[in-house]
Amino acid sequence: MWQRSRRDPRSWGRRTGVAVALAAVSAAGVTGCTSQRYWGGSSTTAGGQAVIGLVTKTDTNPYFVALREAAQGEATKLGARLSAQAGRFDGDNDGQVTAVENLMQRGVNTILITPSNATGVLNVITQARQRGIMVIALDTETKPADAVDATFATDNTAAGRQQGAYVKGVLAGAPPRLLMLDGTPGATVDTQRHNGFLQGIGLTDDSPAILGRQSVNGEQNLAQQGAENLLQRAVDVNSIYTLNEPTARGAFSALRARGLTGQVVIGSIDGGCQGVRDVRDGRYAATVMQFPVKMAQLAVDAAVEFARSGHKPSGFHDTGSKVITDRPVPGVESADTAWGLRNCWGT
Amino acid sequence: MGAAKLLGDVMYANRTRADLGEFVLRTPAVGPAIALAVAVVVFALTTNTFLELDNLSLVVEQSLVVGTLALGQTLIILTAGIDLANAANMVLATLLMAKLVVGGTPGWLALLAGLAVTTAVGAITGGLVTRIKLPPFIVTLGLLTILAAASRIYTGQSVAVSDPLLSWLGTRRYLFGGIEVTNGMTVAVVMYLVLWYALSRTGWGRHVYAVGNEPEAARLSGIKVRRTVLSVYLIAGLVYGIAAWQALGRVPNADPNAYQTGNLDSITAVVLGGTSLFGGRGSVLGTLVGALIVSVLRSGLTQAGIDDLYQNVATGVLVIAAVALDRLSRGRQA
Repeated sequence: MWQRSRRDPRSWGRRTGVAVALAAVSAAGVTGCTSQRYWGGSSTTAGGQAVIGLVTKTDTNPYFVALREAAQGEATKLGARLSAQAGRFDGDNDGQVTAVENLMQRGVNTILITPSNATGVLNVITQARQRGIMVIALDTETKPADAVDATFATDNTAAGRQQGAYVKGVLAGAPPRLLMLDGTPGATVDTQRHNGFLQGIGLTDDSPAILGRQSVNGEQNLAQQGAENLLQRAVDVNSIYTLNEPTARGAFSALRARGLTGQVVIGSIDGGCQGVRDVRDGRYAATVMQFPVKMAQLAVDAAVEFARSGHKPSGFHDTGSKVITDRPVPGVESADTAWGLRNCWGT
Repeated sequence: MGAAKLLGDVMYANRTRADLGEFVLRTPAVGPAIALAVAVVVFALTTNTFLELDNLSLVVEQSLVVGTLALGQTLIILTAGIDLANAANMVLATLLMAKLVVGGTPGWLALLAGLAVTTAVGAITGGLVTRIKLPPFIVTLGLLTILAAASRIYTGQSVAVSDPLLSWLGTRRYLFGGIEVTNGMTVAVVMYLVLWYALSRTGWGRHVYAVGNEPEAARLSGIKVRRTVLSVYLIAGLVYGIAAWQALGRVPNADPNAYQTGNLDSITAVVLGGTSLFGGRGSVLGTLVGALIVSVLRSGLTQAGIDDLYQNVATGVLVIAAVALDRLSRGRQA
């Protein structure tokens, strides 16, 4: 297979030394004497073209794909340039920091970022703002929220509360026996939805009504596995909280395998078109729709306005959330799946 | 001492310039160095922001964490091993250091505790590999799962770090009126030079190569194989502790979900640097070049306005090309 080298290992060090030296020399040679620090975004230009950097959590989650495509479309429509970057997994703080740094170097005047972690990217955001770049948090808040110029996001606590209130309404006074399928431990959005749900249904984290819980990273296969295992221990559940729609699909598969779909109400959050179809087909009772397309468009509009006039938005802009269900319950405002299919995101 | 040696090496290169082709074919780490130089030139020509001194220093800064992980990884791969758990080990140490400091422990003590933990994990890995003769792949696959879970058990939340010593490696200075360097760069350079020297100029280094090349032959020639391999895992563990310090310098926020692909990123850097996954062949300076290539690509392609999915494609293509080049050159040689 491989020919083993019989040479003196010492020669490796030497030759690589040469290589490194050559590379350094060639790099330094062309560099010349540019020593002026240059971050393109530092010149806030009125009447200029918007150059926008978008940094999302991952490229794999369809939600962020929808967000990116909406931003891309709006930018093209308004004649702005947009460069999309992402971390490689949920929690890739280093990757997001690197993306922001590279975008600054590229000379963007606005950065739209969905921070993986509410505190993980604060330093680089501060740096960017010091250079005169407008930074907008998209979908997820930073902690503190005023680390960015403005936030365009779903109020995830409210969305969780809506899911909780809906599930409570379906139970119609029966005491909840609940399973919770959570996302990634410590992630901001996941925590907000979880806490909101508990507020909405009227429970606390240490309540005995919670028969089991599992972190499933928002993945369908992990959710199914988690739900299967939890159901092994507690069959008399009547409600399941899910962080997002892939999680709800996993929970549904686990329930169907045990023939429990009739007695359990599953609530979810997201509003992807697949999720709305699932609700229409009765796989789960309701999903709370959020509006990433609107979120991305508003943020790109703000970036274009900033490049044109220098005006920055500020504060938290809730882009709204709506319960989608064909089985409305009293006291919870909702829309049916026909409306949902007209307003959903993704495919 | 390192500088004088490098100077000698450059003169050595001049002598062999006549048969440069031969030189490239016989020396795998030269291929990556040329690739790096080509990438730098291409980005210098196609963007007007890449070839700024401060961007170049930024590229170096961005490669520090993976570059340090890859340094430990190189040692282990040289012994024909592999470490899938290095980033998980590092992340656990970042959490430990951060939580200790938040709990009132002085920074230096927290740092020592972090180094102790990563070195201890290195000792466990090395012990299982050398005493029970388990394949390193299996041992570190198991440890990867255990350490990732341990981090989440230890703290489900990320922990912000405000201690000046723990984030000291991220501190910036300006040399010669404008070249930005961080303390992390200095530490990384020192580590690379020390290990380069140890591997290429000491008996221990020769033993490491010999063990990776042909353990049985090494044993017969009187090398204490188990002790050498164990020492490699211990040193790698210590290096991962420094990587944890680098990570806090870069992002002063310890996060159990961070660096999930750090193990594979470090292997990518090692492979791009021309070190053979079969052991006994390669160098830490090649790894340094490998780590830089990944950062240069990411930075340059971003500034050329290319989205990150294509950046990942480019990195993957390079990995395969690097190994193919290596393989072809060996075929030619044989």
